[in-house]
Formats: sequence, structure tokens, C-alpha cells
Amino acid sequence: MSIKTSVNRNNIVYFDNSATSFPKPPAVIEAVVNYMTNVGANPGRAGHKKAVEAGEIIFNARKILSEYFGIKSPMNVIFGSNATDGLNLAIKGVLCHGDHAVTSSMEHNSVIRPLKKLEEQGVIELTVLSGNESGIISVDEIASAKKSNTKAVIINHMSNVTGAVQPVEGIGKWCKKNNIIFILDCAQSAGIIPVSLSAGNIDMLAFAGHKGLYGPTGTGGLVISDSFDVRKMKPLKEGGTGSFSDKTEQPNFLPDMYESGTLNIAGIAGLSKGVEFLKNFPGGSDAVTDHKRELQKYFIEKALKKIEGFKSYSAFDGLGVVSFTIEGISASEITKKLSDDYNIMSRQGLHCAPSAHKRIGTFPEGTVRFSFSVFNTVEEVKLALLALKNIREGN
Amino acid sequence: MKVTKAVILFHSTNYAMWAVDVLKANKVENKLIPVPRDLSSECGYCIQICADSVNKVEEILKHENIEYERIVQIK
Repeated sequence: MSIKTSVNRNNIVYFDNSATSFPKPPAVIEAVVNYMTNVGANPGRAGHKKAVEAGEIIFNARKILSEYFGIKSPMNVIFGSNATDGLNLAIKGVLCHGDHAVTSSMEHNSVIRPLKKLEEQGVIELTVLSGNESGIISVDEIASAKKSNTKAVIINHMSNVTGAVQPVEGIGKWCKKNNIIFILDCAQSAGIIPVSLSAGNIDMLAFAGHKGLYGPTGTGGLVISDSFDVRKMKPLKEGGTGSFSDKTEQPNFLPDMYESGTLNIAGIAGLSKGVEFLKNFPGGSDAVTDHKRELQKYFIEKALKKIEGFKSYSAFDGLGVVSFTIEGISASEITKKLSDDYNIMSRQGLHCAPSAHKRIGTFPEGTVRFSFSVFNTVEEVKLALLALKNIREGN
Repeated sequence: MKVTKAVILFHSTNYAMWAVDVLKANKVENKLIPVPRDLSSECGYCIQICADSVNKVEEILKHENIEYERIVQIK
């Protein structure tokens, strides 16, 4: 299936959508330009009509995202700069002195670094589960790591290195049964794998707005379940909220308690349109996943047949994230040649997830990663296969 | 003069926007207006409704867990 777009892609093939998606749907760009051209005001700081328009943009985004992630209250959508912001808030806001946290070996640095920092400071105890050979953990493994002071399980939904998907449903049920806070990192999965906080027993979900949701960079944050008691999570920053300005204390209600300072209104305007693009996508979320699966399967099958020394670290039926190596050529050499000689953009190295590479046996060299979006086509994958064959054969 | 209108005041713009959306969904006539000068509110705007619909609005806001500062009847 080929998704037609009027967006100018400058004749490049862009396979780095796990870093940030490109191109963006035209409506996303139009919304950003519209805000910056025609609205331009700051919501919550004034009563003039442009401030109201800006407020409507922000509210609309909260509403769209709350529906998209299966929660009732739009106020439980907390905007930040990215998924990292959301994860830091969740991790550092929830975990206190003496708590124990459980995570996996497949985590991105946005999870493992805040956790390790808390561990090094003597604040928390941390258990990092190895999982199977693909880094996928089981509920039994989590259960065996449980201690009397286990407060939270923090798991990467979909690996940004291999695309491996964790068994979220079972983990959610187990966490709920054991009264343990479940924080899900959906930086990679949001927009690709449908997630519902209410149905999945997820307390908090960190999302990136600029990857699978097709919004601008600088968007993302944390979505909090309707049933989560926010008194269990302290804000990491205090400041202006446009509410209770007569008081020197931070407000104690959502979203103001976690959102100090002016939001990225232009970006959030675009993000709404990115999510709407997905909601209105012909064939729905199944078509999004089918498209990515088709590209992934085609690429891995052909590469294994045609490119000597090709090794994939991702599943055949994964959802558009393929990590691979070619024997005898470094990952950085491959990506540089793909970029310089073929205009194909991909990413080499450790992808900010060193422990995931250790788990799959590609540390410290790393891999080449192709990550697809709905705008990529089989024709582009064919070009990449040809390019890789040429690079392998030294042409 | 007979009281015919009321305004809902909010602590936060976020809740004013949410209330507008919910009242609209419940087909309650409402209008986002600047806070009248004899009232003071942290949020720069408030929602004007018919005085007759105050009870219904209170019920809706309570049902939806939408926090508001107060509802004031105005002339």
C-alpha cells in the first residue's frame, strides 16, 4: 500500500521515524503556521479573544489525546517537551526514599538514566529484568522481583532498538492486583499500537508527540489514569500556571500542578492534527500497523536473501523498526554511505538504549536501524535493498 | 432588575475550556466572556449562562468532576 502525500520530501528516503517522523501530514504544518500567524497568544494569562483561541487549541489537544489514550478527563493530559519529560515526571515524581522499582533491560536512556540516578543517590532500589533473548519480560519475572517496598513498574512498550513489544496487558493486570504503579513508556508505540489506560490498567503513559503521532518536535508528555491519586506524584517544577496567582504554592490540581510555564502552543496545535490524521487514517489503526508490518517483512525477507552477512535483530512481523548489521561493515559506514550516496536516512549506533544492545548482543558496536512511517513505500524499501547490496559488494 | 444571567468563575483556564465543551455537549446555552469588572477571578474569562440553568449546570459540572470557583448571578 502506498500512502500518497503532497508533502515535499526533498527526494530523500527517510527511514529514521523512530527518532522523529518525517514528513508530517500537511494539516500538522498548517496548524502550526495558523497558530503562529493568526493566533499567537498565551492561554490562561489574559481574557482577550486571542488568548481564548489559544486556550481552545490546548483544550482541543487535551480532549483528542484523552480520547485517544482511553481516559475520561482531558485534564489528565500533561504536556511537556517530549516523552523524556513525561518519564522524568512520572519516575521522579512517584518514587520516594526507600522505594523499589522494576524495569527491563530494553529501556531507553529516558527511563534507565533517571532510575539509575535515583539508585546511585540511595533513594531507591532498582531491579532490571533481563527478559528473554529479545528482552521481552514476563509477568512471572516481574512477580519474582517483587519486594515489600516495590512501588512502581516502568516498562518500555515498544523497543526503539528492535521494535520488541512487551506484554503490557498482563503486566497491567498484575500491577493492579498488587497495588503497584504501572508507568508505560510509549515513546515509540504511541500512534502505532493502540493503548487504553483504563482498559490496560496503566497508571501513567509517557508519549512523544513527534514520532508515531506525527506532531512537531517539542511535543509530548504524560497521560495519567482517571483513577490515579495525584497526591502520589509530586511536581518536579514549580512556576506560573495562570491559576491561583495570589498564592506562592503550586496548585494541587491537574494539569496545572505539573505544567508550569508557557506551553509549546504551536507544537500542540500541530500535534492535535497529527492525532486526527491517525484517527481518520483510511482503515484505522489496523491499516497503520499492517502497512508497517508489510514494509518490515518485505525488507527483512529480501535482505536475508540478497545481502550477504545481513542479520536482523527484529521480528519479521514487527511494526516498522528493524535493527540490523551486515558482517564486515560497520553500522556507521553503512548509514553514511546510505545518506551520502543514496539519500537514504537511517540511524546507526546504540539508539540511546545501551542495555537493549547488550541484551541482543550488539553492544558496543550497535546496529543500523530502519524505522518506517505510514509515508514510506515498498518502492523505497526496494531502493534501500539495492543500496545495501551495492554497499555490501563495495560498489 | 430581574436576575436573568449567571456566570461560572474558574481558577484555571483549562477548566473553563473543559466546561464550555461539556455544556455544549449537554446543549446548555453558554458563552465565554471576560470576567465582569465587579467580580474578580484568577482565570481571565468566565462562562455566562441563563440563571434558569444554574441547577442543571451545577449537576453537570459535578457529574463531570469539573472544578469551578463559584457561580454568581448577575443582572
